[in-house]
Amino acid sequence: MPQIELEHVYKIFGRHADEALELLQRGVARDEVQEKTGAVGAVIDASFGVEQGEIFVVMGLSGSGKSTVVRTINRLFEPTAGTVRIDGENITEMGSKDLRRLRAEKISMVFQHFALFPHRTVLENAAWGLEVQKVESDERLRRAEESLDLVGLSGWGDSYPGQLSGGMQQRVGLARALATNADILLMDEAFSALDPLIRREMQDQLVDLQENLRKTIVFITHDLNEAMRLGDRIAMMKDGQIVQIGTGEEILSDPANEYVASFVSDVDRARVLTAEAVMEEPIAVVLKREGPSAAMREMRQRQVSGLFILGPGRKLIGATLDDEVIAAVRRGDLSLDNITHTEIPAVAPDTPLAELFMPSAESALPLPVVKDGKLLGVIPRVTLLAALARAETAPTDMKEIQIPSEEPESEGSETEPEGQSQEDHDDRTEAEVPHA
Amino acid sequence: MPELPRIPLGDWVDSLVDWLTTNLTGFFEVISDMLAWSVGHLEDLLLLPPALVLTVLLALFAWWIRGRGFALFTLLAFALIESMNLWERSMSTLSLVLVASFIAVAIGLPVGIAAARNETVSTAVRPVLDFMQTMPAFVYLIPAIFFFGIGQVPGVVSTLVFSMPPAVRLTELGIRQVDEEVVEAGEAFGATPRQILTKVQIPLALPTIMAGVNQVIMLALSMVVIAGIVGAGGLGGAVFIAITRLNVGLGFEGGLAVVILAIFLDRVTSALSDRATLYEQTE
Repeated sequence: MPQIELEHVYKIFGRHADEALELLQRGVARDEVQEKTGAVGAVIDASFGVEQGEIFVVMGLSGSGKSTVVRTINRLFEPTAGTVRIDGENITEMGSKDLRRLRAEKISMVFQHFALFPHRTVLENAAWGLEVQKVESDERLRRAEESLDLVGLSGWGDSYPGQLSGGMQQRVGLARALATNADILLMDEAFSALDPLIRREMQDQLVDLQENLRKTIVFITHDLNEAMRLGDRIAMMKDGQIVQIGTGEEILSDPANEYVASFVSDVDRARVLTAEAVMEEPIAVVLKREGPSAAMREMRQRQVSGLFILGPGRKLIGATLDDEVIAAVRRGDLSLDNITHTEIPAVAPDTPLAELFMPSAESALPLPVVKDGKLLGVIPRVTLLAALARAETAPTDMKEIQIPSEEPESEGSETEPEGQSQEDHDDRTEAEVPHA
Repeated sequence: MPELPRIPLGDWVDSLVDWLTTNLTGFFEVISDMLAWSVGHLEDLLLLPPALVLTVLLALFAWWIRGRGFALFTLLAFALIESMNLWERSMSTLSLVLVASFIAVAIGLPVGIAAARNETVSTAVRPVLDFMQTMPAFVYLIPAIFFFGIGQVPGVVSTLVFSMPPAVRLTELGIRQVDEEVVEAGEAFGATPRQILTKVQIPLALPTIMAGVNQVIMLALSMVVIAGIVGAGGLGGAVFIAITRLNVGLGFEGGLAVVILAIFLDRVTSALSDRATLYEQTE
């Protein structure tokens, strides 16, 4: 039995909702219904089940109803029609008291703009769910502390959210959601307001956490990359309706309709497939001046067997491999000079995909993409293969697909006060700051 | 052109006031007694220590809440009041203003909260507030005298009527301004409406609410002269006497004392309001 089950759920905003519901149920198009009744069908006939321990991604553009549908699961929005079951229990009929208990014990939520309480400390924020349940103060703070540890914010309990960077704030949001030990986690565009690097980090962290916690997660996003990376299954939404549900593979290889197909392939029609189009952010890098110990730490953190070495201005100097780094650390070398391979293959950003094969095969490391000596990005072999495999059928590149129309509006408003941001970035070298 | 029939609104109000005075005398007497009692006792309390002692105490309080500059101002300004021989009148006015403001806030706050949470209340309250704020004060001063007689009480009542609207408005505004998503975060974890109100909405609305309290006090002070006319005494009485005798000097001194009280109360309340926002200034 799915842990979360939605059956024919409708959510209609505006007056004349009943009238609009009837029309929508008869299959009248949403725009037409809106014109006739003035009511907006935000969610139209949504049905899906989410299994225990699954990450279920709901993906769509803004206005597709994805954030509304997730709010019907904990009834922050009252569904206009249809049933929502949690563990087999119909929550649409619940009284407000039972509903509050359900929210407190079974479902927690992470919000797009973090929605932290600015007047409470990080610890008090994390303890919110328990405070609501009137858990005794000692236990409450202990459990909140634990969940801060879990998201890597040990020691930040006494700070206020305003003192934290965006990424850290969202970790507080996550800690708050985890502290109640609820089975179900609703994440409404949880990472959309974060800048791309932090977003990636948070995604990785979520995947890590999920390994151990096995929560049932409903994750809302407009970013196909994120959907693919996180989702066990993905539901694509358009104009309030779910147009396809399937695994990432299924959606990529067999789009249910034109809309999904254009979602998946749009970008590449506009862009010729070149090295630039498939390259990824270089993550495994070390600065020349940092030395072997830093290189080793970096490798261990990234779990990679090779690093690119960068000079001033992100100039690519060479690469080094793990065994050499370890040997250098043992010898007590202070510089990377002895273990720098300068003769490594590199490609220009406008190199066509087909020409990337040979150099990629020669190198154990991802293929560096270099312009005027500067490292722009890297192409791991698996990325290249994936991109190529799809290019043969339809030119598609999942790595680059970004929906242009809905860049998170909050990107600019992300608060990352000077000084604090270093805390958040301290496990990265400065060479990683994305190129402009 | 056909003449519109005359609607005898004035007559209706007249008879309503008549009816109220005859039928609710007991009720008004109780209120009147309570108000007179609280203003009287507060005044007694303020006059208990010698003027200069209280001046020093107020200066210390000013230091604590705001700093040295404000403390110095308080010291000099209140000493000036004493030297102008307006101390007793000033304390009388201060008590009247504080009691009226306290009641205005005590009523305004819950009404503002109700208005923030309920559209109907909000719609209903708005024109009443407009009425209270813009109806010339003299107009309701007259029925206030009918109900409560002459003296401090009608002064308190008309002052609190005039000064209450910002308490309601800014409380409503403050609560409505709390980020929707933050309120949702409260709800999503199963908080009761009461928990959300007391632990999320009011704390976050506090800076705005405090600005409302500040406005209430300022408006209350601006009413003291009018209150003086109905026999509330205090600085308003002094100014009123000065007006009737065309005594410019006395009028100026009374007015200056009002200004001093206003500056003092404004700085105190805005310092309180700054404290309420402290968490936002963290860097």
